[in-house]
Amino acid sequence: MSYLTLLFWAYRVSMSLDVTQILLSAQSADGSIRKHAEESLKQFQEQNLPGFLLSLSTELATNEKPEESRRLAGLILKNALDAKEQHRKNELFQRWLALDAGVKAQVKALLLQTLSSPVASARSTSSQVIAKIAGIEIPQKQWPELIGSLLSNIHQVQPNVKQATLETLGYLCEEVSPEAVDQDQVNKILTAVVQGMNASEGNSEVRLAATRALYNALGFAQVNFSNDMERDYIMRVVCEATQSPDVKIRQAAFECLVAISSTYYDKLATYMQDIFNITAKAVRGDEESVALQAMEFWSSICDEEIDILDEYSSEFTADSDVPCYYFIKQALPALVPMLLETLLKQEDDQDLDEGAWNLAMAGGTCLGLVARTVGDDIVPLVMPFVEENITKPEWRHREAATYAFGSILEGPSADKLTPLVNVALNFMLSALVKDPNNHVKDTTAWTLGRIFEFLHGSALETAPVITAENCQQILTVLLQSMKDVPNVAEKACGALYFLAQGYVDAGSASPLSPFFQDIVQSLLVTSHREDAGESRLRTAAYETLNEVVRCSTEETAPIVMQLVPVIMMELHNTLEAGKLSTDEREKRSDLQGLLCGCLQVIIQKLGGMESTKFAFLQYADQMMDLFLRVFACRNATVHEEAMLAIGALAYAAGSSFAKYMAQFYQYLEMGLQNFEEYQVCAITVGVVGDLCRALEDKILPYCDGIMTQLLKDLSSNQLHRSVKPPIFSCFGDIALAIGENFEKYLIYAMPMLQSAADLSAHTTATDDEMLDYTNQLRNGILEAYSGILQGFKSSPKTQLLMPYAPHILQFLDALHNGKDMDDSVMKTAIGVLGDLADTLGVNAGPLINQSTSSKQFLDECLSSDDPLVKESADWARIAISRAVSG
Amino acid sequence: KAPLTRRRPPPSKSAMAPPQHDPRRPYKRPAISDQQRRRDSALQTQSARRADAQARARSLANSLLSPQPSSPAAADQPPPSPDARGERGHDPTVADVASAAAKLRGPDQRRWFARQIMLPEWMVDAPPHLARDWHVSARPAGKRCMVVSSNGITISRLRNGTILHRFPSALPNGSKKGLSGPASSYSILDCIFHEPDETYYIVDMICWRGYSLYDCTAEFRFFWVNSKLTETSAGDPPSTYHRYRFSVVPMYESTLEGLQAAYSGSTPYVKDGLLFYNKHAHFQAGITPLTLVWKDNTCSQYLIDTDSEGQVPTEQHVVLELQEDGKLVTSDDPPIAFGSLDNEFIQKSNLRPGNLLRFSVRDESVKLVDGKMEIGQLQLAGKLNRSRTFADSHSKVLFQYAARHAPLRIEDLVAAVQSNSMEIESTDVEMQG
Repeated sequence: MSYLTLLFWAYRVSMSLDVTQILLSAQSADGSIRKHAEESLKQFQEQNLPGFLLSLSTELATNEKPEESRRLAGLILKNALDAKEQHRKNELFQRWLALDAGVKAQVKALLLQTLSSPVASARSTSSQVIAKIAGIEIPQKQWPELIGSLLSNIHQVQPNVKQATLETLGYLCEEVSPEAVDQDQVNKILTAVVQGMNASEGNSEVRLAATRALYNALGFAQVNFSNDMERDYIMRVVCEATQSPDVKIRQAAFECLVAISSTYYDKLATYMQDIFNITAKAVRGDEESVALQAMEFWSSICDEEIDILDEYSSEFTADSDVPCYYFIKQALPALVPMLLETLLKQEDDQDLDEGAWNLAMAGGTCLGLVARTVGDDIVPLVMPFVEENITKPEWRHREAATYAFGSILEGPSADKLTPLVNVALNFMLSALVKDPNNHVKDTTAWTLGRIFEFLHGSALETAPVITAENCQQILTVLLQSMKDVPNVAEKACGALYFLAQGYVDAGSASPLSPFFQDIVQSLLVTSHREDAGESRLRTAAYETLNEVVRCSTEETAPIVMQLVPVIMMELHNTLEAGKLSTDEREKRSDLQGLLCGCLQVIIQKLGGMESTKFAFLQYADQMMDLFLRVFACRNATVHEEAMLAIGALAYAAGSSFAKYMAQFYQYLEMGLQNFEEYQVCAITVGVVGDLCRALEDKILPYCDGIMTQLLKDLSSNQLHRSVKPPIFSCFGDIALAIGENFEKYLIYAMPMLQSAADLSAHTTATDDEMLDYTNQLRNGILEAYSGILQGFKSSPKTQLLMPYAPHILQFLDALHNGKDMDDSVMKTAIGVLGDLADTLGVNAGPLINQSTSSKQFLDECLSSDDPLVKESADWARIAISRAVSG
Repeated sequence: KAPLTRRRPPPSKSAMAPPQHDPRRPYKRPAISDQQRRRDSALQTQSARRADAQARARSLANSLLSPQPSSPAAADQPPPSPDARGERGHDPTVADVASAAAKLRGPDQRRWFARQIMLPEWMVDAPPHLARDWHVSARPAGKRCMVVSSNGITISRLRNGTILHRFPSALPNGSKKGLSGPASSYSILDCIFHEPDETYYIVDMICWRGYSLYDCTAEFRFFWVNSKLTETSAGDPPSTYHRYRFSVVPMYESTLEGLQAAYSGSTPYVKDGLLFYNKHAHFQAGITPLTLVWKDNTCSQYLIDTDSEGQVPTEQHVVLELQEDGKLVTSDDPPIAFGSLDNEFIQKSNLRPGNLLRFSVRDESVKLVDGKMEIGQLQLAGKLNRSRTFADSHSKVLFQYAARHAPLRIEDLVAAVQSNSMEIESTDVEMQG
């Protein structure tokens, strides 16, 4: 029967369409031909998926067809099997799985057949499609013969088949998770891959494909890396491959080493000496693409050791799954000189190119990571280099010396660094003004920023680096530097950012206050520079202005107040422009984002102080008007920034914000409907919470619309999952604001909460990210319950909640039994138990007594080390004792 | 456009995900963009405000300053609510009640505030299980007051409701600087203001950041005072935004060691007797036998009451309140009558109900019956000026009487503590038998 079906489809396909022609037309330079062809393909896919897939794979497999139509056929096949967006991806998976078994078998056979094609692009496309299908089927325990048949290809003589097969194995490892594959098959894959990498493999295409495949297969090699012999073998082959005459193989081999350094850090001790030698050789002499990977190996080891040492010193665990082997500390005397050498290999104009990444940049970055890993020990190894080079006539020396100094400012203790910085500061300030070279000035300004970031601020116990005496001088230099070329000015803004940040806790008298007006003025002037679009100078100027405002004190509040009409005027000006090109529109929208961001910070500052709040709110009408006009321009990023600003304004304005609601509501709804830009949706959900707290029951008229939208969001498969927990929390905000008026939403909200609760209670998280999300979801659900329960408190309608109480208690029991709550979920959960008892009173008493673990849960929370959990638990204890004793 | 801040996610140790390919790291850039900071801070403040809203909703339920329904004294005088906001079934908020109270004047206000403070009885006999069930502390000499911080200001009020100080403090929402959470969330402390070092010594905590400790045991409240105070800088020396220092009175278990520490240990303040708290007692406004005060000449300069000239009178004096029906009563709840005045005398002497009158007591007219004092004859010694606002409590009269005749000495307390501990041990023995 399936044979007949196939015949029928093949017949229909051949009768209805010339696939090759359509595929070629779809790449035509003529837009209308292209569009027509794309339409036909789309229609074909929708009307007859099996025929569509069959004819595309036939196209791909047929050596007589043109290369272009085959490649596009493969690409479309791939897109018919996978998508970035999770919802679409699941849909495509399901569609594939639901296909007739005969069709699937035929497609797979055609794809495997293509691996032997003489045309490289057809082979390569086919391996990717095979991997996609494997990604769908192998976790379902389907296509068990795939790996076997691929491995049998390995023993074929033709190098092109071997190469394509290894490539397929690599892609397969990328698509399929290690648990879905038996160890036996893993062993075979690794054997094939490592053999392909071996120096004895004469064909370099095969060897390269094998090396790239190993990169993806490393995640499968847990067991093999625990076996000394197998690990030795793999490591030997990888290290040998770094010496290959082919640069691509050397680069791929170092990429494998980088991956091994993070995945198998704890298995590396015996190889470190050899690895140091080969990486040092590559860094010093190999081509840049290889040298960068060799350098990355050490950065990656630093990442590992920083993580482990962090865990060692963390208050709670004081332990780590993986011990620290202190590789960096041991390699230090040889490693640091190697890194310092690379700093002298700057490219001309690297600071002007946003995308630049070269050995000198990578070397300094690695040096910074080494400093964070070993702390004080790095200082004596770097300082002679700094001292020797910082005054040399060649700019590369001065820049390298400055970069080295700036790179080690995070990690070593303030005790160790402060004396050095005290000596260096004057030198740096003068270099920033006087050095003739832009790169030196750029790095000098960056280094000053690092000094302020790490060695300035009230948290430090050492004598302050910045004193009343030098503060003015520093500011003079920075403000002057903000007039320098854009890349230097941008770094000067960055330095000022951290200078301001260090005074955030300065109390009433910030040392910046006397200069506040000048600082603000200079930043505004900088933002208006004609070349402010270069080196992201304008962004830096506004971000620094934001930080300066955040860290300002009451005494400079009048100046911040004067800033309000200035920024509003700027925002107004962006709205007055006439017809704009796409490019100009994008620039305008960036600028609106910066201005709205700045207003957000000002709102929080002035709206948060009693002394300024009233005067500030005089601007609320005008400001709101501007925000609404920005919305009318419709652009996602501005939308988000304006939304954030409005949330802040609503909180500052309190219930008087109600007068803007009629106009604002449409944009609120638009924000809640923005599935695609989920950040915008998330921010808007947060603003709904702000509005609830500001308006309280005055938000009631808008709740039907808001709740409808939130419920839609929750049921949507398209919306990014990270927005769902805040939506649940938002239910709580609404209920708390409108109290018993939430009644009419109960029948919709409660079932959603219940099913989400069931799901989240019984999720066994397989990794940290999953656990994190599950806990966020639980927190959101619990905050919803909390808000609803407290909202109904003291209402005659309390009884409406009784039917839901048993489920809430079951949820709490399930959470308690699950043992994988974090402290914040624990706090919210025990609070919900209290709210339940508090609102339902004696009616809840028997239910609580019956619940299997509430007593134990309460006791655990009461003896928690976390004060917030304890606080919540104490509240719950009181509420429960009232409910139970009745 | 977002600045270039691609930082690789930390490599996964579990090797679940294939390693990341992109070795690019941020170069001369801060690790996080300002926009991300703004986003994060919006989310953080939202979640903090949600927590505040939640806490406010919960403290509503705790009906912090509204009268306890079980207390008969409260029943006869409903909570003062001039705004008539609190209908039945809708509990007024902490803020409502406290601000309504602030609008009260004269005796109403005095009574209202008096009801908020937990007033100790005077210890005339050591309570049973002293060592097991009680805390002890050395009471600072000074003005007893209730300190309320909210809306950026801190106000201390004496027992009679008059304001002692209005000042900025580092208590939550106690100054304009560093307002956190809703500015109206209250913190209320029971303090003694000690003049010599201008310090508020905290003897109890009633409310912290709008979170009521009314229903918590003394033991928990002391734990809370200690842990919460250190979260603020209220213990720091005075500064612009923190006019007076706050300090916690050390609280000991009422064991032999604890008693000695409180009695003879050195303190930064002048002592005025010892305060005993029953560990299990909830906060209870008004006079309660679950807190006790005791003193002798060693730990207090003011053992025996003095008259208006500061002299110890030859006869004991008591202050009683004149009631409508002519009865002379103590400040207890319910009041205890020690005698009465006839109408004719009241009118002739121009006295009014509510007046506080000082009487001298002849020793021979006093009788002790079942621990209660009866006074045969009261001799009017004068009318009190307005600064004095309360009649004596029964236990105070009794304590003063005992102080003059057969005081409860520190040795007696030590003996009580020791017998307590023996009692605990002997219970064990009995259990085995």
